[in-house]
Amino acid sequence: MPLTFKGAADPGLIALPWYLPLGQWPKETIAALPRGISRHVVRFARLDDKVLAIKETNPRIAKQEFELLRKLGKLGAPCVVPLAVVTGRQDALGAPLEAALVTAHLQFSLPYRALFSQSLRAETVTRFVDALAVLLVRLHLIGFFWGDVSLSNALFRRDAAEFTAYLVDAETGELHETLTSGQRNHDLDLARTNIVGEMFDLEAQEHLHESVDPLAVADRLVARYGELWHALTETETFTSNIPLHIADRVKALNNLGFDIGELDMREAEDGKAIVIRPKVVDAGHHARRLMRLTGLDVQENQARRLLNDLDEYRVIVAPPGEEESYAAHQWLTTVFEATVRAVPRQFRAKLEPAQIFHEVLDHRWFLAEAAGHDVPMAVAVASYIKNILPERPDEKAVLGLTLAEMSAERTAEMTADLPALTEEVLTREIPEFDGDNTGAWGRDDGYGDSDDDDDAPVQLVRKTTKREGPNRTPPSATTDAS
Amino acid sequence: MATVTYDKATRIYPGTERPAVDKLDILIEDGEFLVLVGPSGCGKSTSLRMLAGLEDIDEGKIWVGDRDVTNIQPKDRDIAMVFQSYALYPHMSVADNMGFALKIAGVPKAAIRERVEAAAKILDLTEYLERRPRALSGGQRQRVAMGRAIVRQPQVFLMDEPLSNLDAKLRVQTRTQIAALQRRLGTTTVYVTHDQVEALTMGDRIAVLKDGILQQVGPPRELYDSPVNVFVAGFIGSPAMNIGTYKVDAGSALVGRARVPLSRDTLAGLREEDRNAVVLGFRPESLDRAAPNADGAIPIEVDAVEELGSDAYVYGTVPAEAGASKEIHFSSGDAQMIARIDPRDVPRKGETVWVTIRKGEQHAFSSATGARLDKK
Repeated sequence: MPLTFKGAADPGLIALPWYLPLGQWPKETIAALPRGISRHVVRFARLDDKVLAIKETNPRIAKQEFELLRKLGKLGAPCVVPLAVVTGRQDALGAPLEAALVTAHLQFSLPYRALFSQSLRAETVTRFVDALAVLLVRLHLIGFFWGDVSLSNALFRRDAAEFTAYLVDAETGELHETLTSGQRNHDLDLARTNIVGEMFDLEAQEHLHESVDPLAVADRLVARYGELWHALTETETFTSNIPLHIADRVKALNNLGFDIGELDMREAEDGKAIVIRPKVVDAGHHARRLMRLTGLDVQENQARRLLNDLDEYRVIVAPPGEEESYAAHQWLTTVFEATVRAVPRQFRAKLEPAQIFHEVLDHRWFLAEAAGHDVPMAVAVASYIKNILPERPDEKAVLGLTLAEMSAERTAEMTADLPALTEEVLTREIPEFDGDNTGAWGRDDGYGDSDDDDDAPVQLVRKTTKREGPNRTPPSATTDAS
Repeated sequence: MATVTYDKATRIYPGTERPAVDKLDILIEDGEFLVLVGPSGCGKSTSLRMLAGLEDIDEGKIWVGDRDVTNIQPKDRDIAMVFQSYALYPHMSVADNMGFALKIAGVPKAAIRERVEAAAKILDLTEYLERRPRALSGGQRQRVAMGRAIVRQPQVFLMDEPLSNLDAKLRVQTRTQIAALQRRLGTTTVYVTHDQVEALTMGDRIAVLKDGILQQVGPPRELYDSPVNVFVAGFIGSPAMNIGTYKVDAGSALVGRARVPLSRDTLAGLREEDRNAVVLGFRPESLDRAAPNADGAIPIEVDAVEELGSDAYVYGTVPAEAGASKEIHFSSGDAQMIARIDPRDVPRKGETVWVTIRKGEQHAFSSATGARLDKK
């Protein structure tokens, strides 16, 4: 069978060394080894300006997982994007090689093991587990039975003060019309066992802070899941003031970050009460609102934070009676974009723009508290870029272990049927790329910050929001753009 | 240890009319290895998941021992799904990898150690208990993963196509290991596969399902020798049984120029709906080479010969002018015929060989219902 690519038609894919087993790919192609635990050989490869995750497996599994991830994506599930299935691989002597599933690396995502070079603290664990609970609820709502829930099978992205979890491994998953409570409970039970296993493993490695109790962490997942599931699917019965109760329910779900798509209402048997139950709920309430207002595509908690700032802007800065959408546009150009554009190019691989904005808001709060009065946004931005951001690690493509970590550690995740890993050359490379998922600075439209000397031409319309480069400007001297 | 009873257990998926599993009745003995087998969509996986608690039981009940588990959550059923998830943790010892899940269940340390050691002994892992998984071979790692299920000492093991992802060689190896392990442990096991060879080689008994309905349950030999209907006859056995529909004349079926006498049961069982026809099945090994002019010899034009060393199989067609079975149904190969022959006397492609059906080795089924007519 000839080499066949099914899926995204990226001609660059053909250039990768498919005639070699993935384990033997040259180090120029390999970006890093993954950190999670996988059933198969998985590698991150570099293709032009993109990072791909490639998994070797049998063709049936590869195709199945590809289709499943595609369906999940269409249903709006937070998961990695499948690019292609490669079959018909042969080595130089014509011997058949395993099929490969290619997915796009999720930018600014973090494997849970990447977040603690020293030790994982209880608070961080809690945030991970909460994110995983939300992911599990969202997947269950669309009828996805995971079959292997674990921290390793998810990726985490910073989402304001929280994390958002994404599904990376759908190999054991199944998509059903709806899930039975047995399926949901089985997933929860697997999650519990796997999380405890993962925590024990960190403990054995002395990478778990002593304040963390693995069993309590696992129980928290179950509890969080239960609360959220209940809040989203609970049936309520009211006898009076129905519209108010429904409005309250909608508001409560909005606060949890969900929209109600469909609501079932029926009269109780005795005809004296109304029973309501949300039938279709969609995650991303705030993200959708922000998208509608500004076109920014960010995660839910980031959106919440940005919307708060936007609402504040409307009240304080925008003329009274200004239409919401117009105020939003003003806020976008004068506040949000001004902030993220102030970040020098060399720091842009550190965090997502929306995450930087969130951190600047936090920083501004700290500055204001220390100063005893409000601090202008521009001052906060400059101070943040000068004092905080340079210390942050690059998180755009945290793929695997660094060389230093590897030599100290020689960590090789493994599973029952994974062959022993042989000597591997590891690199940790952050490729230069302009695109990112928020569109805030990825369009390469030459925002023309003064720190981008080598960049595309300056766009004139943007000039009004231009500021002095923060590196050269003491905080006190910046002009207040907000 | 416990029995498992499916008591008219039925699963109807929301929005569908036909049950995915229809009134399944099976009593699985304590310590038995039962294989659920059938083509895809037959309901075998659904049946297993009903026992696991992953699928609702819409009608009927399922019992584990004397406990009705119909409405009990999966984790409280005392059942272990083997191979569901078998991540090994690199920084934990083999013993901890096997036993950590017991800690969650609140089993005391000493008891965990005891169970882990017992499991390690059965799995030949005793000397590796203090090592890290990295130091083990692939096969040993797989056994550690099995150990995780064994230490839980469940009443029942469930396995859903556990070998489907392995390559052919490893599949045969692991198949043998699982069967041997189950016999050593003596734990009741329900195993799902679509592969009838796996079913025949592993199961104490095999349950064949089709369209959600149990066709037959029995030991491998019984299913092979006395399939209750045409479906089971065609599904069990490799190469498959030759099956065709033939005219009945004066107590015999007319197979080509041959007259195959039918048993008294068969003749008594024929109904008007059968329209004077009968479905006959005969396995490739029930055919003998014969001289062209022998009584009842059937000609086969050789399309291909499969030589396996110990055996050889002729795949061929029965020429139409020989009065071959018309409108053969229930059978996949149309007029194709498979015969086992002496591997030291192999015909060439295009030649014609003549075979006769060994006396009494045919299976007769109703052409109207597919049910077995002759008793065995």
